[in-house]
Amino acid sequence: MQTYYSDLLVIGAGLAGERVAVESAQKGFDVICLSIVPARRSHSSAAQGGMQAALGNCAKGEGDNCDIHFGDTVRGSDWGCDQEVARLFADNAPIEMRRLAHWGVPWNRVVPGKSFYFKGGEKFEKVEKEENEGLITARSFGGTAKWRTCYTSDGTGHAVMCTMDNRCAELGINVFDRKEAISLIHDGDTCMGAVVRCLRTGELEVYLSKATAICTGGFGRIYKATTNAVICDGGGHIIAHETGVVPIGNPESIQFHPTGIVPTDILVTEGCRGDGGTLLDVNEERFMNIYEPEKAELASRDVVSRWMTHHMRQGKGVKSAYGEHLWLDIRHLGDKHISTKLREVDEICHHFLGIDPRKQLIPVRPTQHYTMAGIRTNKDGAVYGLKGLFSAGEAACWDMHGFNRLGGNSLAETVVAGGIIGGKIVEFLEGYETRFKTSVVSEAVKKQQERIDNLISGRNGTENVYAVRAELQEALMKGCFVFRNGPDLEECVETLKGVLEKSRKVGLVSSGAGANFELGSALKLEGQVRLGLCIATGALNRTESRGSHNREDFPARNDRDWLNRTLAYWPEGADEPDLKYEETTPYFELPPGDRGYGGGSIIEADKTEIEAKTIKR
Amino acid sequence: MSRNLEFEIFRYNPQEKDSVPHMQKFILDETVNMTLFIALNRLREEQDPGLIFDFCCRAGICGACAMVVNGRPRLACQTKTKDLPDKITLLPLPVFKLIGDLSVDTGVWFREMYQSTESWIHTKKVFDPKAQEERMDNDVAEQIYELERCIECGCCVSACGTARMRDDFLGAAALNRIARFVVDPRDQRSDKDYFEIIGNDEGIFGCMGLLACEDVCPKNLPLQNQLGFLRRKMGITAIKEIFGK
Ligand SMILES: Cc1cc2nc3c(=O)[nH]c(=O)nc-3n(C[C@H](O)[C@H](O)[C@H](O)COP(=O)(O)OP(=O)(O)OC[C@H]3O[C@@H](n4cnc5c(N)ncnc54)[C@H](O)[C@@H]3O)c2cc1C
Ligand code: SF4
Ligand code: SF4
Ligand code: FES
Repeated sequence: MQTYYSDLLVIGAGLAGERVAVESAQKGFDVICLSIVPARRSHSSAAQGGMQAALGNCAKGEGDNCDIHFGDTVRGSDWGCDQEVARLFADNAPIEMRRLAHWGVPWNRVVPGKSFYFKGGEKFEKVEKEENEGLITARSFGGTAKWRTCYTSDGTGHAVMCTMDNRCAELGINVFDRKEAISLIHDGDTCMGAVVRCLRTGELEVYLSKATAICTGGFGRIYKATTNAVICDGGGHIIAHETGVVPIGNPESIQFHPTGIVPTDILVTEGCRGDGGTLLDVNEERFMNIYEPEKAELASRDVVSRWMTHHMRQGKGVKSAYGEHLWLDIRHLGDKHISTKLREVDEICHHFLGIDPRKQLIPVRPTQHYTMAGIRTNKDGAVYGLKGLFSAGEAACWDMHGFNRLGGNSLAETVVAGGIIGGKIVEFLEGYETRFKTSVVSEAVKKQQERIDNLISGRNGTENVYAVRAELQEALMKGCFVFRNGPDLEECVETLKGVLEKSRKVGLVSSGAGANFELGSALKLEGQVRLGLCIATGALNRTESRGSHNREDFPARNDRDWLNRTLAYWPEGADEPDLKYEETTPYFELPPGDRGYGGGSIIEADKTEIEAKTIKR
Repeated sequence: MSRNLEFEIFRYNPQEKDSVPHMQKFILDETVNMTLFIALNRLREEQDPGLIFDFCCRAGICGACAMVVNGRPRLACQTKTKDLPDKITLLPLPVFKLIGDLSVDTGVWFREMYQSTESWIHTKKVFDPKAQEERMDNDVAEQIYELERCIECGCCVSACGTARMRDDFLGAAALNRIARFVVDPRDQRSDKDYFEIIGNDEGIFGCMGLLACEDVCPKNLPLQNQLGFLRRKMGITAIKEIFGK
């Protein structure tokens, strides 16, 4: 058995993982990064729109600062975020964007003079100042008070990912691809690394480390309709969760994006709406301006997704072989804009729909997009429950997003959190010594080998991996999507309990040898169903509507009873999650108030309690 | 209307004792808007769970799914079956090491490329977190981004005659990578530094200029221009070298 040692093992080589790795390697620590795919194929590279930081360089960003960014983030989270974390984030984002510029990101820059932009389909003029020429510019994104989304044409994630991966190469960090972590090595107190399946040979390997960081991105693939890459399947969450001591934070908090294309659910960027694209119904009429007169198409994504679903329920959807959808119209933006600033959208329309967005409408519908839910950490990125275990990026519930993540805040989070948490890992590693108990290591490997053998021999049963996975995906689409309610959620929980049973009786059809995919899917199936059950039970319990969690039967946001965070534990051998709750935030810099969009009433929290927790800065 | 598609797919799993390389036939009914992503996944889920292939983003942005489709290297996820005849032959990309069936090891190849091209900004400047960012002309930024759009799918490499003949040939993707740094004012390497990396037969002078690379690049990168640009630049550098200037 191949065994590797390092100071830090980073599971996941997307932006968050590589940023963590860079921070520790810069301080001289020995780092290994693992990834299912070559690092640059990580889902981070799919982000087209951009990343938020209050640089305030461009005309429409003038006067922007970290406080405004902080406020937008907290409001966006519907007061579900940890305000200490949101503050850390907003303050560090500008520094991190500049650092990326130093490392090589070709940010778009301010071009002085007059130019035009569209808002709600109307044309406006702006003038960029001479003195700001060449500074990092920004575009507009949903839910923000100022233009603060830094970008590189239509490929921000790709460009930043290239730069970060180059930086890893420069520092000589070992980034191993086609390696999938399938369990953590731990003794219930301390994490010592991971058991990993090599996706070239199928063999098991052991990675031992003083510190381990899980940066495996989101788990959208447990939904049928998702914008996520096929590798965003919860592997990292599953290995942490199944230790029994690590909770998933706010599992019910899942974001849906308004514009996945029909039928493949590939995302077309929010930039379309930011740059002035509009949403149309079956009569090719705008409707967002009716529901949200002020922000219209630029309201936050959960709000737009909801109104779209509502509008389709009013019979205004477009019927198609794949179900109902609406239209996204970017025709008026013109050829030049579409072929430069929105080139990726242009390509998607061409390659996957066979249409020309200059002349034709794009079929879209709300689709699973982002998991605010994640491995619960404290503000240092340290995972609850296990010493030496950290988490960052979309995989984590560091909790600056609360119940709704603002567009452009997630890519920015990966690098800001990666930097901060990487620094905290360095502090942890300095002077830290540990021992790897060989019995714990060999026990962990033996357990995984047994699981694999059982799956291959069909000892547990003959349930089909893909069929069981489809049942999970459909149950979540039905019960835990944009709108939720008691009866549907109860049914969903019941269904998922049955699916959990089946997931334990899976057997392979193929040999399972080598880079076999069926085996990989089978290994995480039960864990995926558990995640599904956490979402459904968390959502059933939370009898209020907050951010993306929308209960038709409890439309009000209830600060009196639900200003808290769900922690879903899965005790060993259990058949359902054990839900606990904790305070959302140690203090309020911005006491709970109206989000400013999305309507709905608020059941207020006790005023004196809020005041006691409110601080001035 | 609906066709029955006949797939001929290369099969070989080096990790399986009895496996020998061969072509296997599959039949699949075509559905509306079907791509090879949809087709291959259906084949795996409905007919042969052991089938090995790579997809990641399934949206044409990550470069994972390149394979040889009816003789031409391309991205499987953005290939619509309706643009293909009803007989479809799928082979793994040549040049790269085979992992199994349609999956090849592009990761290791490209990582070696980063090392040989030193694919990072070379600068003596130190980042100052308190300072404003250094300015850059927007046109320059866009020019850099144009070259950075490479998704490392490997299509260009596998279409390249030189790369097939000699495994030390850097290939179009690597030369494009160099060009990306040449146009970046933040990179302080001189022409002479670049010459040391690519001014030889493994680099710019090994290229036969037939441009199969540009033809197959799914991102339409201007590989031809870059090769010409570098060859001229390196030609001049070579002359300077010879005359000791
Ligand atoms: C289509 C799309 C567009 C988006 N656009 C934007 C945008 O414009 N702005 C914005 O702010 N956000 C955007 N987002 C969100 C943002 O891209 C992601 O939240 C962010 O990139 C996540 O980064 P990450 O580093 O946490 O994870 P990822 O980039 O997803 O990386 C995960 C890594 O973990 C590895 N991995 C996973 N499981 C395992 C395992 N078991 N073992 C080993 N390795 C493993 C993977 O191989 C990968 O390297 C977008 C998301 C999508 C889906
Ligand atoms: S032009 Fe050069 S790099 Fe491109 S395919 Fe031909 S030999 Fe290869
Ligand atoms: S240059 Fe084009 S063909 Fe070559 S690896 Fe990059 S994207 Fe693929
Ligand atoms: S799967 Fe990403 S390019 Fe095809």
